Amino acid sequence: MLESVVFWVLAVLAVASGVAVFRVDSMARATYALAVSFVAVGLALLLVDLHYIGVITVLMMVMEMAVMAVYMVMFMGMNPALMPMSMVHDNRAAIAAAVTTFVVLAGGALLVPWPSRREPDPGTVAGTAQALGEAIMGSKMLVMLTVSPAMVATIVAGVVLAGARGRYDRLGDDLDRRPADDPQPGGVGR
Amino acid sequence: MTLEAVLVVAAALFSVGLYGAISQQVVVMVMMGLELMLNGVILAAAGFWWFLSPDPTGQVLLLVVIAAMTLEMAMGFAVATLLHRSRGSDMTDMATDLSR
Repeated sequence: MLESVVFWVLAVLAVASGVAVFRVDSMARATYALAVSFVAVGLALLLVDLHYIGVITVLMMVMEMAVMAVYMVMFMGMNPALMPMSMVHDNRAAIAAAVTTFVVLAGGALLVPWPSRREPDPGTVAGTAQALGEAIMGSKMLVMLTVSPAMVATIVAGVVLAGARGRYDRLGDDLDRRPADDPQPGGVGR
Repeated sequence: MTLEAVLVVAAALFSVGLYGAISQQVVVMVMMGLELMLNGVILAAAGFWWFLSPDPTGQVLLLVVIAAMTLEMAMGFAVATLLHRSRGSDMTDMATDLSR
């Protein structure tokens, strides 16, 4: 009973703060609202014994929202806590798409005859960080072997995209400028 | 707490995120919409895990979704930086070159 009450409180908090992300007057408040939504979902994960996943969801998303708030300040060139903003396009079409999606998904969730909950096998350590660690380092290692290069590729792509000077800046449009036009020349023969 | 309840809440989060991803003009706000959608996916996956298949290996799917979320954020921030640097704006309407 208590579990259900806590779940519904967290559920309402998650959805309400999710809606607030696109309703509040400033980007800073939107960022905080999104952080609250993630914290609520992270706490809901703790209710279903996903201790490790729940904790990293809370920690990671709070940090991510802090970074996002910095980006808001950097790019908007204003005090995001004081400047009201509403920048949307195709609002009606977006609302229609969101409502349709919700009706379809919620209808499916309510109409499908889900089986009753299957209890975990006795003796397993389901839901613990130890179990997840053993899965990652054992039978599910291939998954993490796939995720790891994707993360490395993201680091490289992020640096390339966000870098202030690329190879065309250094070597010209035809990549034939020698020596390269660098603010601080280096290498042999400088 | 039932699986249906968890899935309905997850559907609500996903739908709100979808609204944001479609309607917002600022790249970072679009990213927020995508994050909310993945938030719903995480909750739904946790519900499926808890109610239908509560064995340890099922948690790996959640870890993959969270990893995908971080990759999306990292690339989104990089693209927002590039857009701002090259065009002085971080609006999606300023980056519609491929639609022409």
